[in-house]
Amino acid sequence: MSREQQAVARARKAFETGRSRPLEYRIIQLKNLQRLFIERQKEISDAVKKDLNKSEVGTQLYETLGLEGEISLAIRKLREWAAPRPVEKNLLTLSDTVYIQPEPLGVVLIIGAWNYPWAVTVQPLIGAIAAGNAAVVKPSEVCVHTAKVMEDLLPLYIDKELYPVVTGGVPETQELLRQRFDHIFYTGNSTVGKVIMEAAAKNLTPLTLELGGKSPCYIDKNCDISIACRRITWGKYTNCGQTCIAPDYILCDPSIQDRVIEEVKKSIKDFYTEKPKTCPDYGRIINQRHFKRIMALVGDSAVAAGGDGDESDCFIAPTVLRDVKPDAKVMQEEIFGPLLPILPVSGLDEAIKFINKREKPLVLYVFSADEKVINRMRDETSSGGFLANDCLVHFSVSSLPFGGVGNSGMGCYHGKFSFDQLSHLRGCLIKKLKMEGVNNMRYPPHTPKKLGCARFFILKTFDLGWVGRMLLLALMAVVAAFVLQVRETQAKSKKMLLFLFVCLFVSFHVFS
Amino acid sequence: MSQEELVVERARRSFQTGRSKPLEFRLQQLRRLQSFLKERQEDIKDALQKDLGKVGNSFITHIYFVILWISLIYSVLMVRKCYHLVLYISAWITLMVWLLTLLELSVFHDEFVYHFLCYSGNAAIVKPSEISSTSSTVIKQLLPLYLDKDLYQVVEGGVPETQQLLKQRFDHIFYTGSTAVGKLVMEAAAPHLTPVTLELGGKSPCYIDKDCDIRIACRRITWAKLINCGQTCIAPDFILCEPSVQNRVVEEIRRCVKEFYADSPKTSDDYGRIINQRQFKRIVGLMEGCTIAFGGDADESQGPTVLKNVTGDSRVMQEEIFGPLLPIVTVQSVDEAIHFINEREKPLALYVFSHNVKLIEKVLAETSSGALVANDCIVHFLDSALPFGGVGHSGMGRYRGRHTFDQLSNLRSCMIKQLKMEGLNSMRYPPHSTKKLGWARRFLLSQLNVQKLRNMAMLAMLTCLAAFVVQRFLR
Repeated sequence: MSREQQAVARARKAFETGRSRPLEYRIIQLKNLQRLFIERQKEISDAVKKDLNKSEVGTQLYETLGLEGEISLAIRKLREWAAPRPVEKNLLTLSDTVYIQPEPLGVVLIIGAWNYPWAVTVQPLIGAIAAGNAAVVKPSEVCVHTAKVMEDLLPLYIDKELYPVVTGGVPETQELLRQRFDHIFYTGNSTVGKVIMEAAAKNLTPLTLELGGKSPCYIDKNCDISIACRRITWGKYTNCGQTCIAPDYILCDPSIQDRVIEEVKKSIKDFYTEKPKTCPDYGRIINQRHFKRIMALVGDSAVAAGGDGDESDCFIAPTVLRDVKPDAKVMQEEIFGPLLPILPVSGLDEAIKFINKREKPLVLYVFSADEKVINRMRDETSSGGFLANDCLVHFSVSSLPFGGVGNSGMGCYHGKFSFDQLSHLRGCLIKKLKMEGVNNMRYPPHTPKKLGCARFFILKTFDLGWVGRMLLLALMAVVAAFVLQVRETQAKSKKMLLFLFVCLFVSFHVFS
Repeated sequence: MSQEELVVERARRSFQTGRSKPLEFRLQQLRRLQSFLKERQEDIKDALQKDLGKVGNSFITHIYFVILWISLIYSVLMVRKCYHLVLYISAWITLMVWLLTLLELSVFHDEFVYHFLCYSGNAAIVKPSEISSTSSTVIKQLLPLYLDKDLYQVVEGGVPETQQLLKQRFDHIFYTGSTAVGKLVMEAAAPHLTPVTLELGGKSPCYIDKDCDIRIACRRITWAKLINCGQTCIAPDFILCEPSVQNRVVEEIRRCVKEFYADSPKTSDDYGRIINQRQFKRIVGLMEGCTIAFGGDADESQGPTVLKNVTGDSRVMQEEIFGPLLPIVTVQSVDEAIHFINEREKPLALYVFSHNVKLIEKVLAETSSGALVANDCIVHFLDSALPFGGVGHSGMGRYRGRHTFDQLSNLRSCMIKQLKMEGLNSMRYPPHSTKKLGWARRFLLSQLNVQKLRNMAMLAMLTCLAAFVVQRFLR
């Protein structure tokens, strides 16, 4: 048995003991995970610094802070998420118990990425633990130091059989993909995403694919360009552009291109000083292969800012390219680096057309003070997420589902969505072995009369919630009338009761 | 360009005109679908009769219309992003079942296809099963008379045509049928990263507790099993019960068969027919090596048959029966039943008959299946608030009611900020500092429930108002 097979077999056996089902157990595991981030911050930051040159504050801000929030949310809300969810009844199910019961899927495979190794690997793990699954965690081998730290630290805090960490490269991942899982969660690129889906098809394993693409960023000429560019600069150059939801390229009117370039340059200076290479807050490209790839993308586009790089340090300066053409090299693939191409377009129509000709992106950004522009952009395009007047921040809203569409991915997560994505939402209908007479209309021999009955029961649609509320209201009216009748002579009490009734009525409507 | 490529191209171009997006258009298409069901009842019933045998005055036939009707009425239109181009493939049962059985997803699908594709604003290509050939032809000829013929096209054909279709790019594929083909569909979807909904099958177990009303339980089970001659994806596939009640179960089922289908199911108007010779031979072969408690006669059609003392390794327990054979496997206790169920693939539905709520909860907690129904069979399909779908080998994704809409939509996250209050953002911009981080921590980790705050504020206001009134007027 290979190492991967053993890890999966052990995880399945551990899942089958049933110990991950009780909510208390899941909460303990989540609390332990919380402790890991409090107690081991130093080791985590050191490894991320070695891999991506992220500062300690940067690691907390962009990786672990979000995770702490997610873990707290999961701990707080687990009982609510895991509870049976009653659904609307109809005339046929009036006397039955009908609900959706979330339950664990089994063994989940989580394949992480290297750009925010902790954020994108542990966030699905939080969902897997909360949903009661076992999970095999496969960190990206590209972030060498962080993968090692994950392998060393996770088993010290969470159940090492239920949540084993399996490190390795392509051969190990392929071996893992040959095993049978109940869900596969992959973060990475579309090419590998397709390979994973093909492997998953053999076992009919459902998947969540968090992929990427070129996220467009449209700047309306009638907006506060200074603030817009500040936010775009932050979104672009964080982690040296190695963010799946970084604004990939800008679309704007030619008349504002120069202004945009100026503002972006100003913001780069504010954030990363005159010499980003020596600035502790400016990252590095993950490795030389990607360095070469990104530098080659500049091609023959005009460089408006930056453009220089140092291969030995995997450093590429924050770069802006101007007057980029749609067929330029930099427009043929997701950049995933600190190059910001600007493509001039003559207006919103051309921008929308340009965006729709390409694959659906993971996120679409639009900067405008005009609601109509924002609404048109939203209505006439498609993307995983849509963010107006800022970049990246929708990622931190756990009530928004985070995911792609088309080539940018399938499935979504964050907050409760992670829990639901990694659960099986089982429909449950609990009837009684009584009132068998009602069922006669469905049994053979069939007759038009029986059909008539069935038609009534099935076709009649009532909003039972509304009916219930009206009944309650009627009841309150009756009670009030009765009380008023009885206490006819006592005027003050009458007023008081009337008033109380009005209060009840109002609060009923407010809170229902 | 092949015929399939042309069809897809036409659908995509129609979608891009944007005409399927306005809610009015979707409602109009749904109403036309309603008209189709109403006006073409006879054509549909005739087709079913030719494909699946006697349908006649079948309650089920009508019920199906009714369900479709309701589904259409229930369509909830919301402004959501729609997927674009959806491919629906139905198994052979599709056409037939939809009229014959509540359970026939495929057939049901064909209508549903239009149903939900209509209301989530997509274009769709429907590929009905070639096995129920007459019904397939009826759909191909009649549907375009009612619905937009470019947005919602019907493509007929067998395996080669389906393979051609699967080479094209879609935004979602919805397949109903067998697990084996489900894998192929998902494999074909992978190169395009097309999400799939697979409504597959499996062996749906049915556990009968010895301390329950066996007569009523068997009545419900018999009804569910024999609808459409057992060719229903959520039919109870086999029974698990204790040896002490096995004979009683057999007797009750025998009694129900007599009651439902008079003395001869074969001559009864309400008993269906196996779809074709191949399936018929397959089902007959499953009886090999089993003890027949009653039935077992198979000439032109397979009669209702109960097999007793069946073991886990019998032929009939190796695949989904999809026919009117009902094996009974004896187990010593509910624990053994649970163990038996868990040793096998997760089924589409799990049935448990018992008065004991704790026992039902135990089965629920210790097994997994698409759905669980206690004390009846199949009827969970009627409640459109419940998500209908499988897990593991019984499928992925779900539909019915609102779930269909969500399944075939892109639920796009939208966040609209203003280009103001830029000062607040300074805690996120470099140069990073511990102080800024502290602020970020405070903002990101605070747990503010706006809705709760609003409710509390209203309550406080009402209380103040009450206090004021009491003070002012009622003293």
